[in-house]
Amino acid sequence: METLNYLNNGHGLKSWLLTKDHKRIALLYLVSITVFFVIGGFFAMLVRLELLTPAGDLLTSETYNKMFTMHGVVMVFFFLIPSIPAVLGNFLIPIMVGAKDLAFPRINLLSWYIYVLGGVFTLVAALGGGVDTGWTFYTPYSTAAANGHVITAALGVFITGFSSILTGLNFIVTIHRMRAPGLTWFRLPLFVWSHYATSLIMILGTPVIAITVLLVAAERGLHLGIFDPALGGDPILFQHLFWFYSHPAVYIMILPAMGVVSEIVQAFTRKNIFGYSFVAFSSLAIAIIGFLVWGHHLFVSGQSVYSGMIFSFLSFCVAIPSAIKVFNWTATIFKGSVCLDSPMLYAFGFIGLFTIGGLTGLFLAAMGLDIHVHDTYFVVAHFHYIMVGGAIMGYLGGLHYWWPKISGRRYSEPWAKFSALLVFTGFNLTFFPQFIAGYLGMPRRYHAYPPEFQVLNVASTLGASILTVGYVIPLIYFAYSLFAGEKSVNDPWGARGLEWEIPSPPPTENFTVSPVVTEGTHQYVHPNQEVGLA
Amino acid sequence: MRDAHSEHFPGPIHQPPLASNVDAIQPHDHEELPHHPKLQHHFDDMAQQVEASTLGMWVFLVTEIMFFGGLFTAYLVYRYINPEGFAEASHHLNVTWGAVNTIVLIVSSLTMALAVRSAQISAPPKTQVAWIGATMLLGATFLGVKAIEYYDKFTHHLVPGPNFHWEGKHPAPAEMFYSLYFCMTGLHAIHMVIGLGIMTVIGFMAWRRTFDADYYTPVEVAGLYWHFVDIVWIFLFPLLYLIGGHFTE
Repeated sequence: METLNYLNNGHGLKSWLLTKDHKRIALLYLVSITVFFVIGGFFAMLVRLELLTPAGDLLTSETYNKMFTMHGVVMVFFFLIPSIPAVLGNFLIPIMVGAKDLAFPRINLLSWYIYVLGGVFTLVAALGGGVDTGWTFYTPYSTAAANGHVITAALGVFITGFSSILTGLNFIVTIHRMRAPGLTWFRLPLFVWSHYATSLIMILGTPVIAITVLLVAAERGLHLGIFDPALGGDPILFQHLFWFYSHPAVYIMILPAMGVVSEIVQAFTRKNIFGYSFVAFSSLAIAIIGFLVWGHHLFVSGQSVYSGMIFSFLSFCVAIPSAIKVFNWTATIFKGSVCLDSPMLYAFGFIGLFTIGGLTGLFLAAMGLDIHVHDTYFVVAHFHYIMVGGAIMGYLGGLHYWWPKISGRRYSEPWAKFSALLVFTGFNLTFFPQFIAGYLGMPRRYHAYPPEFQVLNVASTLGASILTVGYVIPLIYFAYSLFAGEKSVNDPWGARGLEWEIPSPPPTENFTVSPVVTEGTHQYVHPNQEVGLA
Repeated sequence: MRDAHSEHFPGPIHQPPLASNVDAIQPHDHEELPHHPKLQHHFDDMAQQVEASTLGMWVFLVTEIMFFGGLFTAYLVYRYINPEGFAEASHHLNVTWGAVNTIVLIVSSLTMALAVRSAQISAPPKTQVAWIGATMLLGATFLGVKAIEYYDKFTHHLVPGPNFHWEGKHPAPAEMFYSLYFCMTGLHAIHMVIGLGIMTVIGFMAWRRTFDADYYTPVEVAGLYWHFVDIVWIFLFPLLYLIGGHFTE
């Protein structure tokens, strides 16, 4: 007789589509963002295939523009932003704070439906002819000139924004009000801290992008003149409003991944994090400073040199809390008893790739150098190192780490290690050549390029193919583990934290007896004590 | 390898000498108390539920400030660029209608506060519904006045787009002003309509004797939203209607 848990407590489609259980909603998100990841990946593969040869032969320039636009819109708004918060955060935050559910379970379910509705709008725009504005919807092109379904896509982004806002709101209230007795702020897992910082960005930034894309839709559909130069409107205002959200949005993607890495690094070195409060506050620092750097996207848009200098300085400042995290993870690993299980491989991948992505970000924050590499593949490579090398590595690492808890099953560890190495290799082969191509002057967003860039582009496309295989393999062994995987114990990794105290998979209400916490939730024994026990 | 870990590092509950960060044996103090019928299953007690709901609404209002903030920023930038054009355009708005609507909304905030108060002191459902009804009536009056104003702008060709027509010196900034006018007041009006929907539900709940001194969070939270929408108008009124005072022919 199987024990009752959240997976077998209620069967049938209705028990899933009307569920208010945060764990089931997390799985609804998991399935839907995976669908969007596959769609976004399909667009990316078409882009990479076109770039295999210098001539624009596979796609017309218009189709190519639509492909990279849809790739960006789908990956940013429908995969990366919800990925870790809506799946792992949704599943784990109530458990990590010792609660039975998020503060507003119905709003949690609503946010998933809003996400799906926004996704439907975007897919309608994609299938109905696509959008070719780039994911940034820059005016006046998007309002006055662009072909295609700009209004539908903009409304899709607008609607999905509310899903993100509601998730952030739910997390903030949950972390403030639902913590178990004794679970003070400085006993919280760092995963919770990073999600708190992420939620701040979600609630402060997302409404601004919502009103901005709504104005673009209104200007296009109702002929209002907010960004129209003919009426004295300023397209640069759009860029300011857009990047006020969209730069912090990068931190929505990376901060949760940093939370995941903080957890994994502790679990697989058997050590408490080095400098807990520095790591916790660096998340908040990234969230706050992140709101003050958007102008570095406008260095060549006619922004005054003086604003440029201030934005440049503030952008450099983000490097400080980011470096604190990297140094503290490294210090945690130092002299730890490191276990190279698959989640740890992803965490190592994250630390390396994020460091490269972050340091190249400093190149772009420097005004003089940015003029040289602006709108080249250097920028493309930089943000993919952060978003794919950082955010997706963190997402996959977290998914591997908590999969036994989520599914109650073990996946194949050898395959997991193999695919982690494949993802790391494929990723670097895809994006490192783009740094070189960009530095040598290859502009982004063109379907044809001078022949001297072909070697770099062939390498990049080859890397993308390896990366694809690396992403497909986990899909297979995760699915396989659901049916044939070995059953997992409560704490398969020997990790610490409330989520590892309860059964795998957890019961519907998480805790049969509400926990009372008496010290930090991640107290690892000193590695030397292990010897004495064995 | 992994199994070895779980042997060496069992959960803190099972092996107290290793670590005892979680003490699962102690039950909650609150569980002895009888549950309020409105207490949702995932909250420990009513106090926690009330705190969560009000904090949730405050956080939501923060998102609303940022939402309107985008429009206010656009207004600020364009008025800074075209102060005279904006003053000229604002001159064509009807200050009397705007002032009437401002008073209507401020009074509706008062009736809203009284509706919350009547629930807090367990006033009879009739009293609660009366204050909620009065609030809704004032809200509907506001929307009625707004509709008259919109109709007026429509007949005078002041709606931006191909039919926009402007006699004055600054036609382009005027069209920009009216673009912002319709966006800002339109978004505000949508919030009023949503507010009326919320108040309908709250009024119905009050009629069903839902609220008393022990349970009035929904009225209170709806009140927060209502006051917020009022405050937005308090900013819109001077920015849109009163800057016309700077205009000289």
